Amino acid sequence: MGHSNPTLVSVEGGALNAMGLPNPGAEYFVETIGELKGEGVPVVASFFGGSVEEFREVAIVLSEAGVDALEVNVSCPNVAEELGMLGADPVNTEKVTEAVKEVARSPVIVKLSPNVTDICEIARAAERGGADAITAVNTLKGLAVDADLRRPILTNVTGGLSGPALKPVALRCVWEIYESVEVPIIGCGGISSWRDAVECLLSGAAAVQIGTAAMDGGFEVYGEIAEGIRGYLAENGFKGVKEIVGLAHGG
Amino acid sequence: MSGWRTEAEAMRVVRLTRVEEEGGGMRSLHFEDERCSMGVPGQYVMIWNPAAEEVPMSLSGIGKDASVLVRPVGESTEALCGMNAGDKVGLRGPFGYGYTIQGASPLLVAGGTGAASLKPLAEEMVARGMKPTFILGARDKDQLLMKGSLERLLGGGLLTATDDGSHGFRGYASTYASELMNEKMFDAIYTCGPEIMMATVFRLAEEKGIPMQASLERYIKCAVGLCGSCGLGPYRVCKDGPVFCSEQLREVRDEFGKRRMDPSGRSVRVTH
Repeated sequence: MGHSNPTLVSVEGGALNAMGLPNPGAEYFVETIGELKGEGVPVVASFFGGSVEEFREVAIVLSEAGVDALEVNVSCPNVAEELGMLGADPVNTEKVTEAVKEVARSPVIVKLSPNVTDICEIARAAERGGADAITAVNTLKGLAVDADLRRPILTNVTGGLSGPALKPVALRCVWEIYESVEVPIIGCGGISSWRDAVECLLSGAAAVQIGTAAMDGGFEVYGEIAEGIRGYLAENGFKGVKEIVGLAHGG
Repeated sequence: MSGWRTEAEAMRVVRLTRVEEEGGGMRSLHFEDERCSMGVPGQYVMIWNPAAEEVPMSLSGIGKDASVLVRPVGESTEALCGMNAGDKVGLRGPFGYGYTIQGASPLLVAGGTGAASLKPLAEEMVARGMKPTFILGARDKDQLLMKGSLERLLGGGLLTATDDGSHGFRGYASTYASELMNEKMFDAIYTCGPEIMMATVFRLAEEKGIPMQASLERYIKCAVGLCGSCGLGPYRVCKDGPVFCSEQLREVRDEFGKRRMDPSGRSVRVTH
């Protein structure tokens, strides 16, 4: 069911949300995944579990449904208090990754949280656990208080900050992880334009995720950003995205 | 980023200017808010009594005196109905696409609280010199919402239908609409109310080839198109709706009047 409303509020430079991962369970999506596969759409299932064992069980269901990749969400800030954010701890991150990897039939991506002291330590743990890629980052834990009501706005009190305000944090995380692990990174956080996406690729991401930008721009934003990246590559004489991944790190 | 507080998506707090009883335990909550004064008929706000949940409500009044009409059906709507003038509410919005006025001879079909979203549309039509026909449907005469103000606005253009026949036509608003559509030529239909009723009206409109706009209800949480709780076919009701036109309604015919998502995202049958 997730948390009760208010679950989202716009703040300076972004949105603060505490949805709390409402969903009907992995089994429910088996049919949908089959339908999408039938239409030739690649499916990456991003999922959550309350324990190492639950992560494994859900991974089995989704793998049998035929997903092209699994994204292990060990970093949702809004279920942390109930279930413990496994991704805050390198040992747990490695255990979860291993458990999912054992049962997965497709690449395993681990989505990390910026709400940690040293994200590189967690990234290395995911890599040791067998992660094929890393997504960086999930939302940054934040708070909105209303001066008139003199109370927090979100029912969950705290929420996850996304949108443009998160971008510099995300770029820093991508940059640091790029220098710490060998596996590819999917950059995420505040990417709203093709320019943001290019900056993220230059910082070390091999691909990007976009969510909050659809709040302002609608779903067209995905096509527009892909088109913008193509234009940037052509204009600057690059043959493909691979040529600019991590380029800002220099020789 | 100065002025972010005036963004529609940000939470702003206003004091209720007055609360009016509307019969059947329903209340109109009035307030002043610059953004709501510029709203479009059919748009909704997220309104929050801080003691309960924030919920979506169609604007029933647009202008300096803005309002929403609330039927107490659960904890959050009961909390809203229990509020008094001077109490503080949180507001986000107005959100979504409202009605687009088209044609010269419109028929408006309202069932229950659906009248709330159609009333500002009727006001806009009258302001433009149009003479809309408005069917106000309800279970019985005590549930006929805003009947007084609609009568003052529309005169003989207001027609009533009650399930028990205690006022006006005896039967459903959709049945009455069907009879009227056989007697008179309409060139646009607007409807808001129980989904089964709206689906019936849509079938009639399609038979006669009359364009329709319907205000749909789904489980709206974030109101800005991010969370996916209000999905309807390829649309997000919160952002792409809540008002949908015939072309869109045809696209979602497998769901409209039939299936909807519950709060966990599971598809369930539409029951009313």
